[in-house]
Amino acid sequence: MTSVPEGRLPAGFMTPGTSSFADFLAGQSPDLLPGRRASSLPPGQIDTPHGTTIVAATFSGGVMMAGDRRATMANIIAQRDIEKVFPADEYSCVGIAGTAGLAVEMVRLFQAELEHYEKIEGITLSLDGKANRLSSLIRGNLAMAMQGLAVVPLFAGFDLDTQRGRIFSYDVTGGRYEEHAFHSVGSGSLFARGSLKKLYRDDLSLSDCAIAMVQALYDAADDDSATGGPDVTRRIFPVVVAVTEDGFTRMPESEVESIADGVIDARMRRPDGPAAPLT
Amino acid sequence: MTTPFYVSPEQLMKDRADYARKGIARGRSVVVVQYADGILFVAENPSQALHKISEIYDRLAFAAVGRYNEFENLRIAGVRLADMRGYSYDRRDVTGRGLANAYAQTLGAIFSSGGEKPYEVELFVSEVGDDAPDDQIYRLTYDGSVADEHGFAVMGGSAEQVSEYIKSRYSDGLDLAAALNLAADGLAHDGPDRRTITADKLEVAVLDRTRSQPRKFRRVATATLATLLGPRDDPEPEGEQARQTEAQPEPEPTDVAESPQVDDPDDEIGELPPDA
Repeated sequence: MTSVPEGRLPAGFMTPGTSSFADFLAGQSPDLLPGRRASSLPPGQIDTPHGTTIVAATFSGGVMMAGDRRATMANIIAQRDIEKVFPADEYSCVGIAGTAGLAVEMVRLFQAELEHYEKIEGITLSLDGKANRLSSLIRGNLAMAMQGLAVVPLFAGFDLDTQRGRIFSYDVTGGRYEEHAFHSVGSGSLFARGSLKKLYRDDLSLSDCAIAMVQALYDAADDDSATGGPDVTRRIFPVVVAVTEDGFTRMPESEVESIADGVIDARMRRPDGPAAPLT
Repeated sequence: MTTPFYVSPEQLMKDRADYARKGIARGRSVVVVQYADGILFVAENPSQALHKISEIYDRLAFAAVGRYNEFENLRIAGVRLADMRGYSYDRRDVTGRGLANAYAQTLGAIFSSGGEKPYEVELFVSEVGDDAPDDQIYRLTYDGSVADEHGFAVMGGSAEQVSEYIKSRYSDGLDLAAALNLAADGLAHDGPDRRTITADKLEVAVLDRTRSQPRKFRRVATATLATLLGPRDDPEPEGEQARQTEAQPEPEPTDVAESPQVDDPDDEIGELPPDA
């Protein structure tokens, strides 16, 4: 049970020291932390929904992230319209691949962590600070990852100090790696990255970058059975978000829809997508 | 063996209340006013970094007067409680009433426990609703009592004078500039004469229900403040001004937020030693 107090606030609430929400929970109510339950799990593997492909790329005004909408459980499509890209705070976003249940919980904890710090300290963390906090949350989940319940997020944000978009990738041990230009995670990531490699250029505008993202997700869905392509019959399209100097924005559904329709239209003529020049 | 003096419980509580009240009376006032788009907080606070008004959660804000370390402790506890409740349930389940209750229990327990000194603080906990009738303003005192306020409320050193001034001029549905001017004028009328409080001496924040983000709290920057306040008229002649400086209430030595600004050596005399 959660120990949200009813009477006088317990001493732990009044003790100064930490500005981290996760650290506070670890002292006050450790059962609320995602990684703390590993010791009580019986050994063995279970089938849970998995999130698949996330792509991110920088463009001239910031950074963009997109994710397909499918969650799979072994050979079953667990959900067709799952959302896997979230705002982390006003100037950053996080996309998740891996065990969906744990990943969504981790994102909520990460969002709470950033907001908590901001309220307690009165200023926001630096982008590197945010990236490092996410690292330590993933590290806390290592025991679960050893049991097959891994979470691999992709983090991106606009660095207000250097005025540019930046992308960070992670491994299951919490290792943090800054990526340049573009990156992707999840089961279809190899295909998405190959696609972006041919489509990406340094001076992409926001709308061109969105097209490149949708193309990359299309290529991932084309070759990876777990990644969902644009669902034209149900009108389900990728989630595309941008983080710029003005903060986080999610691209309206109608805009993504028209980009996806354009991409599908072109693929009717050339199913492999746009051809890159040979030299 | 010595027998301790008998002190009646009434006297004990009265002494503790007097002690807390004296500490609070040294602080400058904080005003909270309901305006058309939400709730406005105005405090006189020369410090840009040490806040008397803070965000707690999406729709909740906190304002305090009194001893800085004590209300800062309560503020952090409030942020932790709200974040924990929002994380374990849902963001909508974090309410002003819940927070006010937790503060009331805490302040009440501290006030009546023999082992601790009573907190020298007063708090506002406010929640902005979808419409003005849903707005909530709670005023909590050092002994844990809670009052539900409507329209406007004042706490701190000269709460009564300021409240008198605002009461005669307040009406429902003021716009932001009008509410801000009213609150600032109220703070200026905390003594027999009107003082001049410039924009950079004010700490102002709003819970703005028209904000599209879930977090409704917004600080009003000094530059915006100066525009909203308009030119501060200064009707008093020179001689009045000089008298006015003397008539200023004793500054709050216990309030860290303001003590660095004190430059009059006379003010140092009233300073209390930090609590053991």
